Amino acid sequence: MFYRENGQFKTTYKADQQAFVIPQDRWAIVALVAFAFLGVPLLVDEYMFRAILVPFLILSLAALGVNILVGYCGQITLGAGASMAVGAYAAYNFMIRVDGMPALAAILLGGLMAALAGIVFGAPSLRVRGLYLAVATLAAQFFWDWAFLRIKWFTNNSSSGSVSVADINLFGWTINSPTDKYLFCLGVLVAFSVMAKNLLRGNMGRQWMAIRDMDVAATVIGIRPMYAKLTAFAVSSFYLGVAGALWGFVNLGSWEPAAFSIDRSFQLLFMVIIGGLGAISGSFFGAAFIVILPIFLNQMLPLVGSLFGLEVSIALVSHVEIIIFGTLIVFFLIVEPHGIARLWATGREKLRLWPFPH
Amino acid sequence: MKLRKLAVTASLAAIGLSAALTAPATYAAEEQFFPVLAYRTGAYAPNGAPWANGYVDYLKLTNARGGVNGVKIIFEECETGYATDRGVECYERLKGKHGGATVVQPLSTGITFALTEKAPVDKIPLVTAGYGRSESQDGSVFGWNFPLIGTYWMAADVLVQHIAKKEGGFDKLKGKKIALVYHDSPYGKEPIALLQERAKMHGFEVSLLPVAHPGVEQKATWLQIRQNKPDYVFLWGWGVMNSTSLKEAQATGYPREKMYGVWWAGAEPDVKDVGDGAKGYNALAMQHGAEQGSKVVKEVLEKVHAKGQGTGPKDEVGQVLYMRGLISAMLSVEGMRAAQARYGKGKRITGEQMRWGLENIVLDQKTLDGMGFGGVMRPVQTSCLDHMGSAWARIHTWDGKKWNFTSDWYQGDEKVLRPMVISTAGKYAEEKKIVRRTAEDCKK
Repeated sequence: MFYRENGQFKTTYKADQQAFVIPQDRWAIVALVAFAFLGVPLLVDEYMFRAILVPFLILSLAALGVNILVGYCGQITLGAGASMAVGAYAAYNFMIRVDGMPALAAILLGGLMAALAGIVFGAPSLRVRGLYLAVATLAAQFFWDWAFLRIKWFTNNSSSGSVSVADINLFGWTINSPTDKYLFCLGVLVAFSVMAKNLLRGNMGRQWMAIRDMDVAATVIGIRPMYAKLTAFAVSSFYLGVAGALWGFVNLGSWEPAAFSIDRSFQLLFMVIIGGLGAISGSFFGAAFIVILPIFLNQMLPLVGSLFGLEVSIALVSHVEIIIFGTLIVFFLIVEPHGIARLWATGREKLRLWPFPH
Repeated sequence: MKLRKLAVTASLAAIGLSAALTAPATYAAEEQFFPVLAYRTGAYAPNGAPWANGYVDYLKLTNARGGVNGVKIIFEECETGYATDRGVECYERLKGKHGGATVVQPLSTGITFALTEKAPVDKIPLVTAGYGRSESQDGSVFGWNFPLIGTYWMAADVLVQHIAKKEGGFDKLKGKKIALVYHDSPYGKEPIALLQERAKMHGFEVSLLPVAHPGVEQKATWLQIRQNKPDYVFLWGWGVMNSTSLKEAQATGYPREKMYGVWWAGAEPDVKDVGDGAKGYNALAMQHGAEQGSKVVKEVLEKVHAKGQGTGPKDEVGQVLYMRGLISAMLSVEGMRAAQARYGKGKRITGEQMRWGLENIVLDQKTLDGMGFGGVMRPVQTSCLDHMGSAWARIHTWDGKKWNFTSDWYQGDEKVLRPMVISTAGKYAEEKKIVRRTAEDCKK
């Protein structure tokens, strides 16, 4: 009824090439972002900010990075956690080794270092594909895990291998309250999402998608596979590096290599698979599913138990949580193998016809 | 159609539950809330569960004794699974409940590191009895961390002292080889700094042998030990890693008598499965060991377990890790008592008041004996600058069936520990841009 696009005619190329062609979409996104910036800080409490929203935002950014590589360029990676680690430790080293380094610059430089590392470890993609590439990218994960655990220089000779940073100061704005952290991460996420959206519908994104769909055909029409694949690795690692630096600087404050272990890589890959490969919104859905759902289940189960007058032990809760979570993953993958983003798109299609479906 | 139903049901469920979740909590003024971060699932559950049972049982016992000057303790458990991010989530979830948490025990070095950043902001003291970061003993930098009655540095120091005594003096350590088999995590890496310092002082050699989580794959490590033939092996293991190490030692033929574990590697779950294979294996007992015969254990059995209120199985009461949880709870409760003595008996105290209390714990032998801890612990006295309070430890040995004390009391050497604590804490302060607390600030 409201979501109907007939009667909307584009008369200029500019109108036809907008990021969100349909005005309803455009306004919905603007409203959502405005609500996230203005409404959410008024509504939610500290627990939501620190335990749920900030991790969700940062992991969404990381999932976006993985999605660029896996969903848009078709190169599977199991080294996402390593890219985050490189970003975090590089940013940390810039921060402590360069006097007066602004935190934001350190974070971006951390991303840049991750991009360089991504190019090096993405090189095997020029020769191997698919599952073999996934195994090759594992090398990055193990190498960087090893490097940050064993090479003392990276951790500034810390006795236990863990490092810590002071609060971020951004042009006189000290980011230490939960609301500040949320707004800062949200700002970074919005900026990077806009960048991704534009990158993906531009020349570079089209090259990636061509490579993903069929690399031989892409080569035939004049796309250089080396350039396309390595830029995808670089951009994806840049996103992951920035997300890693944020994870360390904003979310944890002090961290150890275990924060970016192989589990993190798997977690990110599952996020984009469940959320939806090749859809920006899929990164957000996936991050929400993986970050929020377990916590939600964990808090909900004792409540459900108390409705029936049962006292549920925490061990049982966490077992049931894992069972339900696993079942839901299987359920979503069966109902919609293309991810939650596709489910959302189907829903939108239905909304267009509503209330008179044919 | 199916999709729509699904969407409607999901959103209705979400609305209902979020309403239930945000329902305001009411609390009475004479109650004090203790969050309990525990892990009863996952790879480390066999060690985490007795600890949590001991902790909760002591809180129940305190209530059975009539509370702290009448103030009852309420508590809520949250499962961390030993994962740092879940631990942080648990902390955030519980810290505001029932009028606010007063003291938190993270029960994992990783979670301790993460919460060290948050504690000063939230003003909730962090008690890490015997674990956590060793340099947090320096209360002037780590204002909110309390590694009460021992740190890993102290533990390693006592182990070195013990082998020096066995060898007949520190000068006899020259040229000896000590292998540290450690869990490759911040926990396992903690003792390295101290061992290297001691190695420099006495001229022995330390070889570092990391074992990856969860520690079931140690063939390569023990091959190295077979080749190097170290004079002693220090085991900084955790959970299933400990029993694996002991089995590997048995297979390699390395004498268990020359193996020394830290207190996380010196409890019943670590050796039970190995049984006779672990005979002769030694471990550090930070103050206490297995204390089935102590008065406090009898009191727990009588006032808590006999009434059907016990948290875990009955035969677990008094085991090493159970006692560790129990003593951790006791120290927090005593901190609360000290705070009440200053800020009003029978009143709820805040996190800041609790910190003052924890900094002013004075437990002499008479008080400890009175509480049923005679023979279990030595006196504890904390201060603003010293958040550890006591550096006593013993060694106990597994005889195939139970742990027996086989050494006299040792005390961590302040001359070695203090400079390391000060310099490491100083480095942390510099990184985090923290100004050391002054004597004035301590009085607050």
